[in-house]
Amino acid sequence: MGELVQLTSFGLTEGEVLGALGRVKVRDVDYADLYFESCVSESVSMEESLVKRATKSVSQGVGVRATAGEKTGFAYSDELTKKDLELAADTARYIANSPSGAHAVPVPVRQRPMRDLYPIERAQAEVATADRVSLLNAIDAEARRYDPRIKNVMASFNTEYKIVMVATSDGTLIGDVQPLSRLQVTCIAEENGQRQAGSFGGGGRVGFEFYHEGDRYLRYAREAAREAILNLSAVEAPAGVMPVVLGGGWPGILLHEAIGHGLEADFNRKKTSAFSHLLGKRVASDVCTIVDDGTLPGRRGSLNMDDEGTPTGRTVLIEHGILRGYITDKLNARLMGIPVTGNGRRESYKSVVLPRMTNTFMLAGTSDPEEIIRSVDRGLYAVSFGGGQVDITNGKFVFSASEAYLIEGGKVTRPVKGATLIGSGPEILTKVSMVGHDLKLDEGIGTCGKEGQSVPVGVGLPTIRIDEITVGGTQR
Amino acid sequence: MNQQIQRRDGYSQLALDLLAKAKRSGATEADIIIAEGETFSVQVRLGAVDRLTKAREKHLGLRVFVGKRSASTSTSDFSADSLNQLVAETCILAKAVVEDQVSGLPAADQMAGERPELDLYDPTRLNTEQQIELAKRVEAAAMSTDERVTNSEGGDFDSSSGRVVLSNSHGFLGEYQSSSFSMSVSPIATDPETGAMQRDSWYDVKRKFAKLDSPEAVGLEAARRTVRKLGARKVTTQRVPVVFDSEMAGSLMGNLCSAVSGYSLYKGASFLAGQLDKPLAPEYVTVYDDGRVVGGLGSRPFDGEGLPTRKTTVVERGVLKSYLLDTYSGRKLGLASTGNASRSVGENPSVGPTNFYLAPGTKTAQDIIKTVKQGLYVTDLIGFGINMVTGDYSRGAAGFWIEGGELAYPVEEITIAGNLKDMFAGIEMLGSDLVFRGRIASPTVKIAEMMVAGS
Repeated sequence: MGELVQLTSFGLTEGEVLGALGRVKVRDVDYADLYFESCVSESVSMEESLVKRATKSVSQGVGVRATAGEKTGFAYSDELTKKDLELAADTARYIANSPSGAHAVPVPVRQRPMRDLYPIERAQAEVATADRVSLLNAIDAEARRYDPRIKNVMASFNTEYKIVMVATSDGTLIGDVQPLSRLQVTCIAEENGQRQAGSFGGGGRVGFEFYHEGDRYLRYAREAAREAILNLSAVEAPAGVMPVVLGGGWPGILLHEAIGHGLEADFNRKKTSAFSHLLGKRVASDVCTIVDDGTLPGRRGSLNMDDEGTPTGRTVLIEHGILRGYITDKLNARLMGIPVTGNGRRESYKSVVLPRMTNTFMLAGTSDPEEIIRSVDRGLYAVSFGGGQVDITNGKFVFSASEAYLIEGGKVTRPVKGATLIGSGPEILTKVSMVGHDLKLDEGIGTCGKEGQSVPVGVGLPTIRIDEITVGGTQR
Repeated sequence: MNQQIQRRDGYSQLALDLLAKAKRSGATEADIIIAEGETFSVQVRLGAVDRLTKAREKHLGLRVFVGKRSASTSTSDFSADSLNQLVAETCILAKAVVEDQVSGLPAADQMAGERPELDLYDPTRLNTEQQIELAKRVEAAAMSTDERVTNSEGGDFDSSSGRVVLSNSHGFLGEYQSSSFSMSVSPIATDPETGAMQRDSWYDVKRKFAKLDSPEAVGLEAARRTVRKLGARKVTTQRVPVVFDSEMAGSLMGNLCSAVSGYSLYKGASFLAGQLDKPLAPEYVTVYDDGRVVGGLGSRPFDGEGLPTRKTTVVERGVLKSYLLDTYSGRKLGLASTGNASRSVGENPSVGPTNFYLAPGTKTAQDIIKTVKQGLYVTDLIGFGINMVTGDYSRGAAGFWIEGGELAYPVEEITIAGNLKDMFAGIEMLGSDLVFRGRIASPTVKIAEMMVAGS
């Protein structure tokens, strides 16, 4: 197990925390919690073959929250004194319109998470700057060795070491240490005055040795260089409706945008999601089973507990095409009368908890990936993507390919320039006719934005065939 | 008032003390930024308070140079021990990276001297009840104008104020206060026949409370924008003229702004690298970045390095005349800073716009739509399908189909694609409707032709 988080890390006693919790949990407050966080983030970056930037940020604070019915009162402070806690408690409980005065809350049971998905000692997380620098230098050399047309290599290595402690009015006092790191490489290739970029990266809740396993960091460099060089010869992408084959891994961003957000409980409680009335109904073909799983060891989207102290779990969202469940936090689970799934997450102590995804992926099917490609006469084979976005109310979503090829006569032929794919969330998965046996999780680069809050997430997908989707290229 | 002055002197003194400490720890140059602020936001939903958030926060960023090496750090912990450790660590970190010949502070004689009065601060403080009332009014206005508006993602009213202190080892010490007030509402409309839902929103944001549009005006506009999307359908794939409404044309200015950022340019990561003094658009296109608009949301008396802000002509009569630069990216390109250093505490300076806008033309949006026989009027864009290295552009879109110069019906689930270079060169008409609701703004823009992909 990693270290046990103590309140003393935040310079507070249990009495002070219980006092503040009692002050906010007045009569009409259904639930209250205090979230303490201390976070150190570090970054080194390289460009023009020089590791010339290094940054380090330290932040610490507390978020105090009270919920009453549908209402949330929230205050946060970067000072952790008894006085600041009390002030935040008074602000948070304002929404309950209750008379003030301290109330007794159950003495919390001191807990540590029941599992440790990222057992990284602090010493492992504290990597000497010199080691980070040599990692980036090696990436630069590898990418330039890959092809002389690589003219610039930009790489950055970011780490975050977050210590959190949650005290709740339902009697929990629980802490977690959450390391996170990411290595990202972008290459610029140039030929005959034409320039193109390629990117690759990965990471997770892992130690520094992860990047050296099987020379993973050098593979990232080669993949970024390969994509940049490939795009130099890319032709214009087609426009219109056509069959699309998605490769495994990161193209799982389709699931995140097309259905994941639409199944977050807050939108469904408010009936603002295109999925609001579809529980128990068919929203995908019967070859599709999709889960959200926060319990995968070392993954970027994984957590021992969510930010309300609930253990994370594995939630079946879609089972053989039928919509089975939503992902929830405590507030929305209580208001909707459905189970808490351990998906209450927040960017930092400065943000309120929202139901968010962890690692979202489709389970493997039975088709042979090559057979899936052979089944398409004219279409697109997309293997890497940039970002995506969804309008949860009308269900329309987009995601943008950064590496894609034409399929002509059942064969992968020419690379095409990036294009945005657009579809409708409740419909798109009904058009999935083949699912490969090659489930792959992404490399660990995803960040999801919602209400201005960013949290790390994972996605995964086997090779799949979508019979029709609109491809936003420029060629008829 | 007295207390205020004391606190002010406190942060200036703190900055000076830390600069002195950094020098003693081996820094040859350094700068410090301290930002503090308070925010209060209210969200109501269906007439009841949904969320109240209140906070005060502060942050300090330190950048040191040890010769030609540099590092940046930040903290929210202002205790003496923590700050002493920060100074020491920053100097150690700087010694761990390589020398970068062009690094360093701006030249001492370039620092901002005169401080223009930009009127960025409004001392108005709204109490909790007042803010709740304003949020309720904006939502109520959106919900009550059309019975097809059936639900809401909420009405918001936010207020914030803050202060920035910047100091460097050249002896520069500057500070300014600013405030902002904003309101928004996101209504949801339901099609009475199909049950299909659409959401849209409208908003206003100003530095002065008194300058905000009325909640009723904002709510009404939100409802209008939402209800008009009901019954949207796809169109067939075709190449047509595309009219961007002023909000979406603003996003094109955002793309231009990224492409003229010095950092993208010297890395070869912008499609406008090497295009200075070359034609970008027709001669009626002029684009400015003006850091000194009185009351402007992007205005500030000095930039993130303490250089004076100014008005820069980015595109003059269709010709690309200037990039946006800070000291570092300017030196990389052999050019002087344009006073566009943007400094989020804890990061190295980067380049950001101040008030970046396309100068308006003379036509109303309606006049422009009238010139289109068959085409698209874009009111929504989603996704990130822009390759800044090549200018290739492909995004999800929604809006209205134009037939015979009139908006015929709403459309959705389509994409628009082209290349930003061709799109800027293909600007055919400009509206007169330039309104600032942020740092980047544009009037309505008509582009000659783009590929629309649908069914």
